[in-house]
Amino acid sequence: MQPTEQNFDFKTGTIYAPAPESTSFVELKGRYDLFINGEFAPSTSGRTFKTINPATEVSLAEIAEGNAKDVDLAVQAAKTAYEKTWSKISAKERAKYLFRIARLIQEKSREFAIIESMDGGKPIRESRDIDIPLAAAHFFYYAGWADKLDYAFPGKKVAPLGVAGQIIPWNFPLLMAAWKIAPALATGNTVVLKPAETTPLTALKLAELFQEAELPKGVVNIVTGAGETGAALVSHPDVQKIAFTGSTEIGKLIQKTVAGTNKSTTLELGGKAANIVFEDAPLDQAVEGIVNGIFFNQGHVCCAGSRLFVQEGVADLVIQKLKHRMSSLIVGDPLDKNTDIGAINSKEQLSKIQMLVNAGVDEGGCLYQTSSTLPDRGFWFRPTLFTEVSQSHRIVQEEIFGPVLTIQTFRTIEEVIEKANNTPYGLSAGVWTDKGSKIFTLTSKMRAGVVWANTYNQFDPTSPFGGYKESGMGREGGLHGLAPYLKFVN
Amino acid sequence: MTMRDQELSQERETLREGSHFLESLESNQDTRLSKMLARPNFRFTPSIDQVGIQSRTSRLSKRSIKKESKLSGLKLALSMIDLTTLEGQDTEGKVRQLCEKAKRPLSGEFSKLGITVPHVAAVCVYPRFVKTASDTLRGTGIHVASVATAFPSGNSSLEVKIADTQYAIDQGADEIDMVISRGDFLRGEYNKVYDEIALLKEVCKDVHLKVILETGELSTLDNVRKASDIAMYAGADFIKTSTGKVSPAATPEVTLVMLEAIRDFYQRTGKMIGMKPAGGIRDSKTALFYLVMVKETLGPNWLTPDWFRFGASTLTNDLLMQITKQLTGFYQSPDYFSLD
Repeated sequence: MQPTEQNFDFKTGTIYAPAPESTSFVELKGRYDLFINGEFAPSTSGRTFKTINPATEVSLAEIAEGNAKDVDLAVQAAKTAYEKTWSKISAKERAKYLFRIARLIQEKSREFAIIESMDGGKPIRESRDIDIPLAAAHFFYYAGWADKLDYAFPGKKVAPLGVAGQIIPWNFPLLMAAWKIAPALATGNTVVLKPAETTPLTALKLAELFQEAELPKGVVNIVTGAGETGAALVSHPDVQKIAFTGSTEIGKLIQKTVAGTNKSTTLELGGKAANIVFEDAPLDQAVEGIVNGIFFNQGHVCCAGSRLFVQEGVADLVIQKLKHRMSSLIVGDPLDKNTDIGAINSKEQLSKIQMLVNAGVDEGGCLYQTSSTLPDRGFWFRPTLFTEVSQSHRIVQEEIFGPVLTIQTFRTIEEVIEKANNTPYGLSAGVWTDKGSKIFTLTSKMRAGVVWANTYNQFDPTSPFGGYKESGMGREGGLHGLAPYLKFVN
Repeated sequence: MTMRDQELSQERETLREGSHFLESLESNQDTRLSKMLARPNFRFTPSIDQVGIQSRTSRLSKRSIKKESKLSGLKLALSMIDLTTLEGQDTEGKVRQLCEKAKRPLSGEFSKLGITVPHVAAVCVYPRFVKTASDTLRGTGIHVASVATAFPSGNSSLEVKIADTQYAIDQGADEIDMVISRGDFLRGEYNKVYDEIALLKEVCKDVHLKVILETGELSTLDNVRKASDIAMYAGADFIKTSTGKVSPAATPEVTLVMLEAIRDFYQRTGKMIGMKPAGGIRDSKTALFYLVMVKETLGPNWLTPDWFRFGASTLTNDLLMQITKQLTGFYQSPDYFSLD
């Protein structure tokens, strides 16, 4: 049907006219190889896997699948680069490369944003305004540290560790690559990176960018593949450091593997964050923060505010406002500039979300979903709320990693602290109140790595990020993010 | 009798007339009482977080309005304009010219190309030009709005404000744009502000009352929200940001706070209140952004000239220029659009 003025009548229509970002100038090859020692090469086994666009289920490219042998080649390349070049050049030179990478990411930001949305399903608004600018910001920030490490830890001399093995998740592919690579290179380490199997494209585009930046061969190697590839990297004897972002389950497995070796680890794992709204909070802004907390990136965020606690007196009002706000969320084509919620990253993730939501209904939770129309093809899930749930419900305890929010009420501050901390996780939390004293009480008593006050999901390279308890160990970002890549000498 | 004595006795006479008026209103004890009971405690209106409001408006400003929805939005914005002239140097000729522009915003040349645009919603003038405007606009469906109540400062006695309003209505205004007493508001005398609006609404009867908060003088978003609540509970039909005489005039933040106040009021009482940002909205892009705010905060029911207005004059020609660009594919020279 030809769109007419009436179809998209601004007054009565529920939709804006489509405003898709053009993909015409994005250059994607049909096949991507492993990036080892500065060159792209097929895997030794010759095996490949497909990466698809979760919004259309159309294949985007063939990706080489690395095995233990490929991992070994990559680690050897990284080791040679560490010994021969990267640890020999001056810190100022290292900074120069990092600044160059940061600028190139900025230059190519539009292409990166579009590929990120195509490969991962996230709305272009987020990849354009959050993922890519933050990735560049991380390189800029750590470029600044490269020649100032002697002043980072007063009274201590530092040295790099060697080869860092880094495994990143599919929710923020390029951003996580930047979080991992930038501090590792700034501190003088070399890298073998394994991107997630559903979202390898931006990391491989980043490899092309490294070539353009003339980064010395072998300083960063990228081996694509699934769990086995990652396992080979973790158990490789020449890897001194493992940095992992992903599920708590795999994090535990990694800890078992490295036990008894001298590998150091940073783990950034799952979360089930409490977002706490007091009755004196600016409620409309709190509702905005709740939406941003749970529906950002389809809820595929380890620090997502997935457990909402609302003070009794305003609970009905907040839920009413929340439902009203949710009704204006636009679910659909990730490349449309007006889309608020994109596609679920993979079929597996979609069925996991569906399974947990079914469990929530079976256990007596009261389900509310928006009436958004979903596209025919691709993986989609409507923004979802659960009321009438308690601490013992599965959906309150387990990380769903999707656009699903549970709502509980509380009466006193002691009660909410107890409930909020009653979880194996401890990555993040949010608190909404007009009163500064309440914010300080909460932030000092919450067992969570990040506590946001009157805002949610704000990230900055200067601010450390990481978890308590089963949400992980070690910090990334800021001054704290340097330490895991350094050893203290003398 | 000296001159001074004469002045004093005149003043006393005016006051007496004013108080007769008040007494006649007070005789209707039941409505007064029910109004007092309905009056919420405005010290407990919701608080507003400025940073949160800014991040919300910044997100709304990123909505992409293209093609058909852009054209429909531009025409809608044009039909919502209160074409305004509020200058000391206004003349009857200027007001008449403005009224003609209101009737036919686009010159005849364009209609040959098949380009038609709606007329604007209203013309807004000082009380002494109301008659000119209403004569010129008779039968067109375009409203005549008049500022009143010692516009723009509101620093006069209640009696003067009542008389000012009554005069504008007698001259033929069907919409009154009143200002609140910012002095009283900032002193915390919310009940006084409330009573004044309620009283003027009784003077206006069926004439639409728009209450100007002059947000540029209220200094915080908390105050904007409080003033909005006071105006709506006191009987305003519309709430309006600014007089246009104080900078900053309408801003996206202030507008969003007022829209949220209207939404909350509607959800509590079931009564729709209109919104009018005024001043500072000069181009089409900004106007479309305001429509997006209305649509996503209040829903499509508010997207009509009955419930949303732009107080603006320079905006008109930019909208016309963009509409013709959408339809012809080319930008026309500004000389093709009449300046009024």
